[in-house]
Amino acid sequence: MKDVMGIVNLMEHNDFLKEISFHRPAAAIPFGGRYRMVDFILSNMVNSGIRNVSLVVQQKYRALMDHLGRGKDWDLDRKRDGLFFLPPVHLSSSATSKWDFRHFHSHLDFIDYSRQRYVLLAGYNMLCNIDFKEAFLFHKKMNADITIIYKEAEQLQEGLTQCHVLETSQDGRITDIEITQGYTKGAKISMEMCIMEKALLMDLIGRCHSRGECNLVRDGFIRNLNRLRIYGYHHQGYLAKIDCVRSYYRHSMDLLKPSISQELFFAKGLIYTKVKDGPPTKYTESSKVQNSLIANGCVIEGQVENSIIFRSVKVGKGAVVKNSVIMQRGTIEEDTLLEHVIADKRILITKGKQLKGDGQYPLVIQRRSII
Amino acid sequence: MNKECVAMLLAGGQGTRLGVLTKKLAKPAVPFGGKYRIIDFTLSNCNNSGFDTVGVLTQYQPLALNSYIGIGSHWDLDRKAGGVTVLPPFVKELGGEWYKGTANAIYQNIEFVDQYNPKYLLVLSGDHIYKMDYSLMLDFHKEKQADATIAVIQVPWEEAHGFGIMNTAPDAKIIEFEEKPAMPKSNLASMGVYIFNWELLKNYLEEDEQNPRSSNDFGKNIIPMMLGAEQRLYAYPFKGYWRDVGTIESLWQANMDLLVENPDLHLNDPNWRIYSVNPNHPPHYIAPTANIHKALINEGCFVYGKVDHSIIFSGVTIAKDAEVKDSVIMPNVKIGRQVKIEKAIIGVEAIIEDHCQIGSPTEECLTCQNSCSGITVIEGQTILEKGTIIKKNCNGVSV
Repeated sequence: MKDVMGIVNLMEHNDFLKEISFHRPAAAIPFGGRYRMVDFILSNMVNSGIRNVSLVVQQKYRALMDHLGRGKDWDLDRKRDGLFFLPPVHLSSSATSKWDFRHFHSHLDFIDYSRQRYVLLAGYNMLCNIDFKEAFLFHKKMNADITIIYKEAEQLQEGLTQCHVLETSQDGRITDIEITQGYTKGAKISMEMCIMEKALLMDLIGRCHSRGECNLVRDGFIRNLNRLRIYGYHHQGYLAKIDCVRSYYRHSMDLLKPSISQELFFAKGLIYTKVKDGPPTKYTESSKVQNSLIANGCVIEGQVENSIIFRSVKVGKGAVVKNSVIMQRGTIEEDTLLEHVIADKRILITKGKQLKGDGQYPLVIQRRSII
Repeated sequence: MNKECVAMLLAGGQGTRLGVLTKKLAKPAVPFGGKYRIIDFTLSNCNNSGFDTVGVLTQYQPLALNSYIGIGSHWDLDRKAGGVTVLPPFVKELGGEWYKGTANAIYQNIEFVDQYNPKYLLVLSGDHIYKMDYSLMLDFHKEKQADATIAVIQVPWEEAHGFGIMNTAPDAKIIEFEEKPAMPKSNLASMGVYIFNWELLKNYLEEDEQNPRSSNDFGKNIIPMMLGAEQRLYAYPFKGYWRDVGTIESLWQANMDLLVENPDLHLNDPNWRIYSVNPNHPPHYIAPTANIHKALINEGCFVYGKVDHSIIFSGVTIAKDAEVKDSVIMPNVKIGRQVKIEKAIIGVEAIIEDHCQIGSPTEECLTCQNSCSGITVIEGQTILEKGTIIKKNCNGVSV
């Protein structure tokens, strides 16, 4: 895999996670008790043996640079290759969609200079634990020009943000791609991860650019379905596709099934993140904890049930936290009740307060709120 | 390259009193506190005190320790100038030898220290649990214009006979040093932390080396020699938590000390982090069947059973209906169903199959009758087959 470079596209359409993505790029949204969304794709790439990873960033990326640094915690602080940021060249960003290509055009030099022959292009919001070596072998075996990794939908979904549904022939060649807002059970949903030769990517970018086109999927893939051999590779494992508050909440709660968290956190390799050096979590005489995922550095004196607790959260005596996600450094004082809540970083819930959302519509508490 | 002060960390000790826990591991590498190894405290102290040049002297079973320390990046000690250097004994032109004692270990590495041309040398020991700002001790050393400064801590009078005791004048000048005195005149015990003026210390190391009867030890030889020559030796009083975890009982007790409501050793202090190598595991999972009280639990654990008053390191699995009480469970231990563990230390990667029982407070200890600590120790990587009963056994079990 040393001949493959990874490019992670962190462009996003809008603040799809509401309050949680006001202050940070969606890729930096905390997930799973100690990670940020981008950790999954980065770790998958690194665990597959990719040593050159660049991030196409758009805006608000300070939180991301702070998180990633030089990539040391992902083993990407390398003398050659390693981790790169590809920020916008112009101040005003004219991107109209997530897979808008014009932004890539200004980084053609960088892509060209990289010494790898192949490129793995991916988004950031499809969380899984995947070994790209297998997909790469498939790509070579099928003699494909482009291989798109997909997952068969486990249930019907409607009213989502944009997704790409594939149609394939018997041997896996993609015959049609639909850009849509929903899909039925069994539909082949693109995981927005694809493998191709770097030369082809540069050619597609160049062609689009010279014709005033701008969308990789519409103008790059769909228009070339006949001309190029585009194949679909089926990912068998778990996929958390996070594109709205509801899917964020649903997939967070999925982690409370040990079979899912075992797969997502351990299957093909560990997921890496920034190390914080907090002590182990402390439980006291009065703590009562059930069916929860709890990161380090917490002090749990109250009751926690069916919840995801990030690093360095404090839950006071008599506090009850149920079916909730509490992000890093939150403080929940004594005798409070939180139910179906997604609380962003550093919130403070003062003594005696009660906050309730609904399982279908969790209450989102903005970063640094004091309630 | 000049450094004002170089730290030398003595980490070669075998720690025989820790029994099976140090069979394959140097004492400083023994896991502590649910996440750390003992040496993390000293290395973190160095970084937090602003000391960036540290020589780590290893000798006994150094494999785990060497790879753990690496280039020191986990303690932010991977520096362009200085940083961490692991210093095992080596062969010289006229042959080599093992480190014969603490002073000899420094003597054999005079060249290493001289590279940095330091004014002061800080000598540390890698087997104590404490948080200490060495820069304050160096300030004290300078203020007293001392030739050597020894950090001391007040210990209970009834335990003073087990330590090296300093008898001091009111201005903290050391008048007399007694190693394990039968009738202690003071309760100021040496913590094994010394600051020397390097050029002066070199003379004493050379002189000590000429004496074939010397045990080449700082406490037994160098300090008495310096006192005899009327050098200015001062005792730096340290207040705070400090434990020598050299025995099974003290190791267990220091772990348990972390479980009280406001422990004397505060691990959750953002201004004085204790750094360690992070295995990068996910948050731990507490199942609906679990029951957790008074515990420290690290990342990567899956807990389905009962944990009461215990320390659980990373990657541990505790199955349904298992009970862990008053115990220390080291990394990656697997505990099966219906297992009962009481007052025990379970070594790394041990597998305890279903229905095993370890340590029973009602039973007599197997290996010693008198003054038994009552703590059962299971050697690392042991596999206890289904239904095994291990009675109280404080010298450790290897099956």
